[in-house]
Formats: sequence, C-alpha cells, structure tokens
Amino acid sequence: MATPAKSIGRGPDHFINRIGLTVVYVGELLRHRAYTRFLHWAYGIFFFLALISGFGIYMPWIFRWFTPLFGGGAMTRMLHPWFGLGFVFFFGLQALNWLTLMAWGPGDTRWMKRLKDYVTHRDSIEPPDVGFFNAGQKAQFWEIVGGCIAYVTTGVIMWFPEIFGRWLVAVSYVIHDISALIMLAGIFIHIYLSTIGEPGTMQAMTRGTVSEAWAWTHHPAWYKDVTGRDPQQALEEARRKLNETAGVSGK
Amino acid sequence: MSDRKTLQVQRISGHPGPVPGEGTQRQEKLCKLIDTTTCIGCKACEVACVEWNDMPFQPTMFDNTYQTMPDTSWNYWNLIKFNEVSSDDGSFQWLMRKHQCMHCADPGCLAACPADGAIVQYSNGIVDFEEASCIGCQFCVSGCPFNVPKFNPSTKKVYKCTLCSDRVGQGLEPACIKSCPTGCLHFGTKDDMLQLANKRVVQLQQHAGLKDAGVYDPQTIGGTSVVYILHDATNPEKYGGLPKNPRIPLSFTLWKSWFKPIGLIASMMAFAGVILHYVTEGPRRVQPQPPVREIDGGEARKEN
Repeated sequence: MATPAKSIGRGPDHFINRIGLTVVYVGELLRHRAYTRFLHWAYGIFFFLALISGFGIYMPWIFRWFTPLFGGGAMTRMLHPWFGLGFVFFFGLQALNWLTLMAWGPGDTRWMKRLKDYVTHRDSIEPPDVGFFNAGQKAQFWEIVGGCIAYVTTGVIMWFPEIFGRWLVAVSYVIHDISALIMLAGIFIHIYLSTIGEPGTMQAMTRGTVSEAWAWTHHPAWYKDVTGRDPQQALEEARRKLNETAGVSGK
Repeated sequence: MSDRKTLQVQRISGHPGPVPGEGTQRQEKLCKLIDTTTCIGCKACEVACVEWNDMPFQPTMFDNTYQTMPDTSWNYWNLIKFNEVSSDDGSFQWLMRKHQCMHCADPGCLAACPADGAIVQYSNGIVDFEEASCIGCQFCVSGCPFNVPKFNPSTKKVYKCTLCSDRVGQGLEPACIKSCPTGCLHFGTKDDMLQLANKRVVQLQQHAGLKDAGVYDPQTIGGTSVVYILHDATNPEKYGGLPKNPRIPLSFTLWKSWFKPIGLIASMMAFAGVILHYVTEGPRRVQPQPPVREIDGGEARKEN
C-alpha cells in the first residue's frame, strides 16, 4: 500500500503513526495516516477555541456570550493568544507534513479556471490531472499559511503593545480581524465540502481511509498513482457492474 | 449629581409667586482648567492625587531635573512634566505642565475598548475605567492620543485618573484642585472654565507680551474636560508631548463601527453560500451512482 505523505524521519510522526491504528479494508485506500489526522484535529480544536474566544472580543455586543465559556472577559483575553499559538504550532507541523503535496502546478491553475464547473458539478468525476489535493484545497492551505504569519505577527504586536506602540497596534488589530474573517468564511466551505457537500470525505480524517470510488471521483490522478489503474476505466467498470446489479434486481 | 437633579424644588405650599429655581437647567459638563503660566511645579497635586486615591508612594527618579519620574504609571496618575525649551531667538522657557487624563469628549480609549462596561463616560464629561470589567487587552492604550492609560501587569488591568469621580459625585472638587497653592488649577463648568481661560489668555497677550498664548481644548476629539492655558498654544508639543491635533486611529472608529459588522456579514455569506449550494446543486457523490428511480419536486437537473 502506497503511503500518501512521506514520513519526515523518526520524530513524533513516526511515534504517532505507530500507536495510531489505520485499518484499510478491501475497496479502500489509505488517505491520511494517524499523524496527519492527529495534527488535523489538534489544530482544529485550537482553531475553534481561538475563533470563539476571538469573536467574544471582536464584537462583544453580539458575541458577549462567548466570553463566559472561557471564564469571563479577562480570562478569554489571557487564553486567546495561547489558543492561537496552539493552532499555529500544530498547523505548522501539518504544513511541513504536507508541503510537497501542496506544491502548485500548472494543473492547479487550470483547475482554478474551471472553478465554476467544479461548483456546478459539470463533470461526474474530476479532471484526470487532479492529484492528492485539488487546487481549491491548496489555495485554502496557502491562505491559512499566510493567515498564520499574519496572526502571529499582528498578535504578538497586540500582545506586547508597550514594545510596539499605539499606531502599530491599531494597524495590527485590523489585519488580525481581516485574517479571522477570511478564515471564518473558509471554515464553512471546508466543513461543508468534507461532510454533506462531498459524502465519503469525512472518513479520511477519522479512520484515515477513503473508498476507491471516492478516490477516482475526486482525485483521479492520486487514484492512478496509488493503484496504477486508470480512473476513467475503473469508473466505467464499476458503472457496468452497478448496472448489471440494478438490472438483476429490477427483474 | 443625580441627587441634586431629582431634589430640585418644583412646587411650594403657601408660597406667593413663582417657585424659585423652577425650570433652571444645571450645566452638567465639568471641566478642570490648568493655567500653566502660574504653575510653580510644587507637585502638591501629585501628592494629593496619590493620597486621595490611596496609592503607595513611589521612589522618585532623579535625572538632574525637577521631574519626579519619566511618566505616569498605573498607580501614579498625575505628573507635572518639566520641559526646558530654548527658542530660536535665544530665549529660554521652563515649562511645567500637569499631565493626567484629559477626559476627552470623544474618548479614544472608550472607542477602542472591546469589554462591555470597562470604560464609561458620565454625562458630566468624566471618563472612568471600571476595572472589574476590564479584560486587560490594552486597546485603550492604543486608542488614547495622550498616552494616559497604564497597564498593571500583576492585576492585568488598566488604570488612569478618574477626575476624582468619587469626590465630584459628592459635590467636591478633585483632590489636585484642592491642593494647588497658586490657584493655577480651577474646577467648574466647561462654559465657566472656558470663559475664565479666554479672559486669562487676553491678559497674557496684552499685558505679559505672550502673543501666542492660548487655550488648549483640542476639537479633533470633540474638546476635553481638562483644558490648558498655554504660553504658546501654537506649539503644544513642547509641553512634553501634548499633541497639537490628537487623533484616534481609524481602526477604532471606522473599522470598529462600520467594517466589523460588514466584514462579519460578508464572512457569513460563505455559510449562506454552502447552504444554497446544497439546496440547488446538492452533494457531489462518488461515481458511479445507482440509476435514478424517481426525483420528487423541482426539475430533474442532471442525468447521471
């Protein structure tokens, strides 16, 4: 079985992959190893902690009910930077883990140009050059990388205003907000596409596997890479089988 | 203040003629007037402030001037700034300015504060911090054009001059006013103080040869409840960082009041978008799908 992302040595990834169980059944492919999943949920938790504590401060006249969740306004203010650092730390490890997979290629530019076709489901399966991640996923990944840099830079400035002065704090505050708003919009799309928007995706981040059909539908090039079979051919074959079954049961 | 408003006489039994004081309006805006031309730098106001607000005395820092310490701190709200200024014409001025919260009509600290109830502005113009609600984010420090709010790292709260709101509420003048031996500090209604200030400015211009004398009541922040008389109002900067046109950063006014809600709505459009997508386009299922038996409602949009 081919592994989706190469191990980066005998570090925490090696350890977590050894203790984390990933069972791949027949008809499935290994999508995310235990280390990748661990990181995903770790920064996922920190993301929501930072998001909710942040929005309690962002607009207290709407979100003032968020701050009691963290023990009041002062506690929320104290915890928020640490939530943020937790997010950046674990996402940083994920960024190292995924760096090669997230490299932008000419196929990704093509994918972006046909974004409308993707949204309207024009083709039943993705174009044959869509690999492990599609361009939309890569775009979001790089947006978060940029967002993390913005968060840390502006966050540290606001954390220690006595060092950086009032005007830098005032500017940082706006950039921090904009970064949060972009990521808030992004998280809706991310959750939608990984759950009800594209059924069968969620299990990649829970059990770590996806069905072969999911792979040739959403990431044909990756499917070809891993199995050595042509995704279009595999689809036709499966369709034929399905029609036969349907025909049999129809009688 | 409130007591005196509600206990105003409205009707009197067995009294001939109109009720004395009926319909009078109390001038509510208060003001502290600081005449820098008669300040002798005795620091009585510094001591009075520390005493009344029950703050510990601090070791002073000697830097070869009369300056008590470089700046105000979380437990030292009132500081005379001593400035030695040489002019181009060879003249020399020793300027003393009592520095404390200016109690702006349009307070930058209040605009910047994201904690419900941590900063209040009373109808008499006093801007007060409510430390119980303060979350310690220090945005007020960024919002203040006068560098007044000071952070206490051990309590993680911000503190500043209250214009003795506790004393003023009981009809007393602020502690600093009470202590001033030269009468360079005045306290009263804003109108009265401005009138007094303007009179003094005319006197300075006509009799003391200070043709640039003027009143410092910066309109860029809607005026302040602490007003200065300066020998040279054209250059307030030389009084130890008194900005000529104090400003609140746009991020605490424009961004916070307008773009924040707009930005949030724009972000939430993504949520509306995915819901709309699910309703109109439906999920994207793995292929192949079983043949469609029946589609209920709407139009069959696709043939898979």
